[in-house]
Amino acid sequence: MAGHVSHHSSSHAPASGPTESLAIRCLLIGLALVFVGLFLLLPLASVFGEAFGRGLKPYLDALRDPRTLASLRLTVLLAVIVVPLNTVFGVAAAWAITRFRFPGKPLLVTLIDLPFAISPVVVGVMLLVLFGAQGYFGPWLREHDFRIVFALPGMVLATLFVTIPFVARELIPLMQSRGPDLEEAALTLGASGWQTFWHVTLPGVRWAVLYGVILANARAMGEFGAVYVVSKPVPGEIPLALWVDTLNSEHQGTAAFAVASLLTFLAIATLVVKAWLESRQHREMARGQSSHTE
Amino acid sequence: MSSPRPRVLPGFRLTLGFTVFYLSLLLLIPLGALLLRSTQLGWAEFWHHVSSPRALAAYRLTFTASAIAGLINVVGGTLLAWVLTRYRFPGRRFLDALIDVPFALPTAVGGLALASVYSPTGWMGRWFAPGSPLGDLFGPDGLKLAYSRIGVVIALTFVSLPFVVRTVQPVLESLDRSIEEAAACLGAGRGRTFLTVILPALIPSILTGFTLAFARAVGEFGSIQFISSNVPFKTQIAPQLIIEKLDAYELEGAVAIAVFLLGVSFMILAAINLLEGWTRRFQS
Repeated sequence: MAGHVSHHSSSHAPASGPTESLAIRCLLIGLALVFVGLFLLLPLASVFGEAFGRGLKPYLDALRDPRTLASLRLTVLLAVIVVPLNTVFGVAAAWAITRFRFPGKPLLVTLIDLPFAISPVVVGVMLLVLFGAQGYFGPWLREHDFRIVFALPGMVLATLFVTIPFVARELIPLMQSRGPDLEEAALTLGASGWQTFWHVTLPGVRWAVLYGVILANARAMGEFGAVYVVSKPVPGEIPLALWVDTLNSEHQGTAAFAVASLLTFLAIATLVVKAWLESRQHREMARGQSSHTE
Repeated sequence: MSSPRPRVLPGFRLTLGFTVFYLSLLLLIPLGALLLRSTQLGWAEFWHHVSSPRALAAYRLTFTASAIAGLINVVGGTLLAWVLTRYRFPGRRFLDALIDVPFALPTAVGGLALASVYSPTGWMGRWFAPGSPLGDLFGPDGLKLAYSRIGVVIALTFVSLPFVVRTVQPVLESLDRSIEEAAACLGAGRGRTFLTVILPALIPSILTGFTLAFARAVGEFGSIQFISSNVPFKTQIAPQLIIEKLDAYELEGAVAIAVFLLGVSFMILAAINLLEGWTRRFQS
């Protein structure tokens, strides 16, 4: 698949074999830690350092701000609309692509991955070309007093676009490798199509679905560029990531970092769930292998 | 394995129909509208917007900063992949999980945090601030990290950090260690073994990782919004120029530059497809 990089980290234990001297090993590990420290650890630490730097009260005040709470509600609302839609899409696309033959399949797979290759700002421009004041549907929307861009529908469309691939790209390789044999057996034994899907297909791929869902959720809650283009920076009417930008440009550093810390907690939770799902997948794979050999 | 068989599973029309409908509505219509709009500009006007001195300066910064960030990640990412697959040390699993932070952390937060760390008063930036011993090496103004071109490179390195690690890691894991043993038996030192035996096998995946990182960096906007001072000809990247055009109600100019960036993305995508085919041959 184009543009596909596995997000799965490894849990392989290092194998033995010829290796470097202890000094070289320590040096390489040290250099790797410096690299990660400069680009990942220091920024993460600075979020909390700056957010709590003036004590707990300014931090809590920033979070209790009604505009922050409205942004939080909007962020959750966006994810609640977008993630289920793209989950249903991912499952349907994976079913069609891995269980049937049809012409144009490689093109379809490329299209599903396309949003990862397109700059979010360009996605926003696409929506403006369709629904903006100078866009194709702009005059019609104005006549009927209906807003898409610079309103919730535009933010939903922008977020939907950038999160299209997440569930599909987890499911397609997995369902491909599992093959249709179990599902065909269930149908032969008299199960209906839906029964087969719910009781045979889904239990086998549920962790991969969940994996795609949490990554899509993190992106949906944190999307910046695409939503930036199709929203007006009105406090309380923008998602958290954009609210961070507004606060920062108003030089409200502590408040900006306090809101950023919420999104950082989301990222940490995402990584923890992701690590848990990966260990689970590994155990199920190991169990599957051992039951095959029995 | 199964031979060609008639379609016995249900749901073909439903799932394929829904997939095509959904993609058309959300992806193809917006994409088509953008392309259609750019053709309505006419070649002369399109070219005028795409090749203005400001746009050229923005592309130059976008592509060079993305390439430098990619190269930093080639070195740092290969090192990380090596350390994670070959050595045991306390905190290895934590380090492995940490690599994915740029995938999970909103890029706005990444940009805000990096701007704070590398600003003249930040944890790293202060060492290069005017008047500091290190900063004086770079002249009376010190070395500006955040809000300069260096800041753009730092942010792009952050957002594209996982790609090289995650493409090189599986290849390193699947490498046949007996070849290294053979090289050792034939008298090669570890350095020589790495350069002549291991590195050649990693090159396709390193190139793929670089291209993926480059592709991710070229489109980045969120983190740059925080760490770049957005000065035309100096620190303005292409997506920022698009935003500037939109703010000035110049949709035409924004469309032209967006289509140009889209064309670049498609070319990178084609390169990634070729590279991934090449990588797979090395892995199997």
